[in-house]
Amino acid sequence: MQGGTRLGFVLLLTPLLLWLGLLIVIPHIDMFLVSIKERVGVGEYDTSLANYGTFFAETLYLWTFLRTAVMSILATAITLLIAFPVSYYIAKIAKGRLQSALFLLCLVPFWVSELVRTFGWMILLRETGVFSSLLQWAGLADQPVEMLYNDAAIMVGLVYTSMLFMVVPLVTTLESLDNAVIEAGYDLGGNGFSVLREIVIPHAMPGIVSGCIVVFMLSLGNYLTPTMLGGKDSLWFTELIYAQFIVRFNWELGAAFGFMLLILSSVIVWATLRLTGQTLRDTLG
Amino acid sequence: MTCKHLIAAPILGLALAGLAQGAGADTLRLLTWGGYAPDNVVEMFEKETGHTVEVTKSNNEEMIAKLRATGGGGFDLAQPSQDRIAGPQAEFGIYKPINLAMIDEAQFIPSMLAATIANTTVDGAAYGVPHIWGTSGLVLDTSKAGMVKDYTDLCDDAVAGKVSYRLKRPTLIGFAFAMGMDPFAAYGDEAAYKGIMEKVEAKLVECKPNVKTYWSGGDELMNLLRSGEVVAAMAWDTGGWKLNADNPNITFVAPTSGALGWIDTFALPAKGQADEAAYAWINFVMRPEVAAMITEAAGNFTASKGADQFASDALKAQFTASFPPEAVDNIKWYPPVPAGLEAIEGGVLDRVKAAN
Amino acid sequence: MTPDLECTGLSRRFGDVKAVDDVTFSVAPGSFFSILGPSGCGKTTIMRMIAGFLEPSGGDIRIKGRSMLGVAPNKRPVNMVFQHLALFPMMDVAGNIGYGLRRAGLARADIARKVDEALDRIGLPGIGARKIDELSGGQKQRVAIARCMVLEPDVLLLDEPLGALDLKLREHMKIELKALQSAFDTTFVYITHDQSEALVMSDQIAVMNRGVFEQVGSARDLYYRPETAFVAGFVGDSNRWRGRVERMEGGALEIRTENGMLLRGAAHGRALGPGDVADIYVRPEAIRLAQNEGELARFENRISGRVTSLLFNGAASRILVAGPGGGEEIEVTLPQSGEFARTGKGDTVHVGWSGDQSNCFPAGK
Repeated sequence: MQGGTRLGFVLLLTPLLLWLGLLIVIPHIDMFLVSIKERVGVGEYDTSLANYGTFFAETLYLWTFLRTAVMSILATAITLLIAFPVSYYIAKIAKGRLQSALFLLCLVPFWVSELVRTFGWMILLRETGVFSSLLQWAGLADQPVEMLYNDAAIMVGLVYTSMLFMVVPLVTTLESLDNAVIEAGYDLGGNGFSVLREIVIPHAMPGIVSGCIVVFMLSLGNYLTPTMLGGKDSLWFTELIYAQFIVRFNWELGAAFGFMLLILSSVIVWATLRLTGQTLRDTLG
Repeated sequence: MTCKHLIAAPILGLALAGLAQGAGADTLRLLTWGGYAPDNVVEMFEKETGHTVEVTKSNNEEMIAKLRATGGGGFDLAQPSQDRIAGPQAEFGIYKPINLAMIDEAQFIPSMLAATIANTTVDGAAYGVPHIWGTSGLVLDTSKAGMVKDYTDLCDDAVAGKVSYRLKRPTLIGFAFAMGMDPFAAYGDEAAYKGIMEKVEAKLVECKPNVKTYWSGGDELMNLLRSGEVVAAMAWDTGGWKLNADNPNITFVAPTSGALGWIDTFALPAKGQADEAAYAWINFVMRPEVAAMITEAAGNFTASKGADQFASDALKAQFTASFPPEAVDNIKWYPPVPAGLEAIEGGVLDRVKAAN
Repeated sequence: MTPDLECTGLSRRFGDVKAVDDVTFSVAPGSFFSILGPSGCGKTTIMRMIAGFLEPSGGDIRIKGRSMLGVAPNKRPVNMVFQHLALFPMMDVAGNIGYGLRRAGLARADIARKVDEALDRIGLPGIGARKIDELSGGQKQRVAIARCMVLEPDVLLLDEPLGALDLKLREHMKIELKALQSAFDTTFVYITHDQSEALVMSDQIAVMNRGVFEQVGSARDLYYRPETAFVAGFVGDSNRWRGRVERMEGGALEIRTENGMLLRGAAHGRALGPGDVADIYVRPEAIRLAQNEGELARFENRISGRVTSLLFNGAASRILVAGPGGGEEIEVTLPQSGEFARTGKGDTVHVGWSGDQSNCFPAGK
């Protein structure tokens, strides 16, 4: 019996270990090994940290990373601000079929690929696009308006792409909040703001944190949206990594960039958790 | 018939079929550009030879990256540009030499074959034979940007905000020529090349406000030109000719400093497993009538001798309109890129992108 | 004296459904008022209207003489103990109790002092730093009451707060709630579907059914003098028969049941006459059990029969007795004085009760 249980345990654990090992750990080790190689001549390599040196020495790379991180944090904050009332409405105010219909509406955009969704935004925002034509038709603009190819367009795209990943954990945690607890908050003299601040937000904190982590990581690692909507000034860190790997054939520097992205984003998430007094364990439940 | 025969017969049949597969019919995994292996050509080839063809569409950089990742495996035939073979081969060893005896040399335009072989030779072995050639230059809406004659004119105030080009090496090379320098001559001299690139960088940064966006895909550029959001762009000749069919004002113009000529080749990945099928494909698509079908699909001419007479009159007319005889002579053919130059260009491109 | 809580003509509709239909009542200061009724009778709706979570469709709610119409829940001098208590799990005990005081803008030191006082009064001093999920069911109950009582409300509403507790604790909490009520000297309005909770604790009970109050009175009134058939059936246990009135003499009736048994009963002022169909309610504990017929001479109703079942339940044990015609079974409380300890199935027994104890009502549909 004992042996049987152990065998079952091993069988259940194997896929997880294989997945972790083959798809996560080994590629990262390999990437790290690539990142500490330095090209000294045609087909000749030395082991050194020169690639990491390049990252810190060239202000352009560091600057791009900082810009990407700040934009991602901003996108996360905006997503949270928009998703919170939406989630609250879905979880607490909408009932029955309306509730499931609204939830489905949040899901619908994800039935098409990210590429198609981004193209959709391009059609809306471009100079000869829908919004520009509408503005001219309404007499609010006397010539075509270009709304594409700037940071605001990137932000719109990122927030749109991330919305679901914020709404789902928020709806889940908000649904678990007993309506009576909210009513008790009012009953004991609280107003809308204080109930939100003292009861709803503390209760939803695990959902807020996990949603924010997911959205931040997705934004930081997004490639399509910033490149396509950002135009000539997009400057996204993943673009740099792509360029190093594919365009420059400089895998060594690309791998170092990839590692820096991993480390720095982990540091940002860790620091935010510390600052807000949350732990990863609380968040995961 | 006895029981034994009943079992033996299918097994024998299977074995024979397997042998036939091994000897005659292979799967050809082709790594190529969009339009270079149209369905009708693939179908004809499969019917004639019994091989099957799996097409993967890509571009120069991705081809090299993919082959580098596998050490030259995963594909049996690749089609990088002739200037991008020698460098990566020396650096990563991702190709194997072409056995010219297996190629029907008579089907090729001799000058183009000789030039390609010369440019793709590493350590005495040839790694590529030519397939399709074309140029990049200017695609203009002549009614609105008729004053643009060369790449540097893209920075003119008259077309401010309505210009697009790629942020890639052809742009650097094109601007260098337009600014009166010869980057190809400086290929061997890293310091001189760096000097040229610094000047180009300054020009591109200065020119940046004029640019609407840096295009990255052919469809994206087509949309920009078609909608009139962009009136002047640096692009491939075929793009201009395709738009010309819809809107006669838009066409491809060879810049005064010379269009940049490229030749896409056939090269064998180092770990390719179907060389025989690869050679069969090369010889098949270089037949003049087949080459003409590919020209129809891709929009560019091939290195196949005698294919011109099968090409459509419309395409020929567009070509002559864009390329008066002196412009043909002025085409700057890309010499092989020495390994390491990409690092210099990469820095320039990064800084241009980051500039405000 | 102004009643603490006064509802007049209070109504509430949900679509076509009248959840609360023209209910009028008042609650005297410092009393324990219960609304008792089956689930879905509208008692929760009344409570939510008093708390301010629902607007009445008609009528008025006055607390200490002041109308509460249009007053937001957080501005009303009432507080509520919720069915599942609704303590704030994100705060500790002191945070929960101090919540309302913080909202009222009291100074930090005052809040701390009042919280400590409240904890003392509920007999749980020093647990302010505990987390809510570290408390037992009874402790949570007391914290939930303390959380409201620190605000010194005019009326405390309690929405079946004992429902989630196990039986033993529930019995204990009944007594404790009553004690807390007199200690705080505050008006309690308590809703429940459990009659024993209402009977034990309340000064006044309103029995509610289908949106209306059937009867308002003391526990004793409801038990001994139910005014409607519903109250008679809902409060306490009853034998219930249906029959036709044959004779009427003053308040005394003679009724023959559908099975032919002749019973004597009292109309207690209700409109019943010969020929009417009546429902008769007799409490099992109002029926006297005897070994011989002679002991029952003073009762108007006397029946001899055989024991068909013995329902043993300690102090509340009963037997079922079938009459001679084999007609209705009569449920009779088994006296615990010992004389019937050996009575078993099949034995012949004699039962009797006074006509006064047969509560007769005009038959409902």
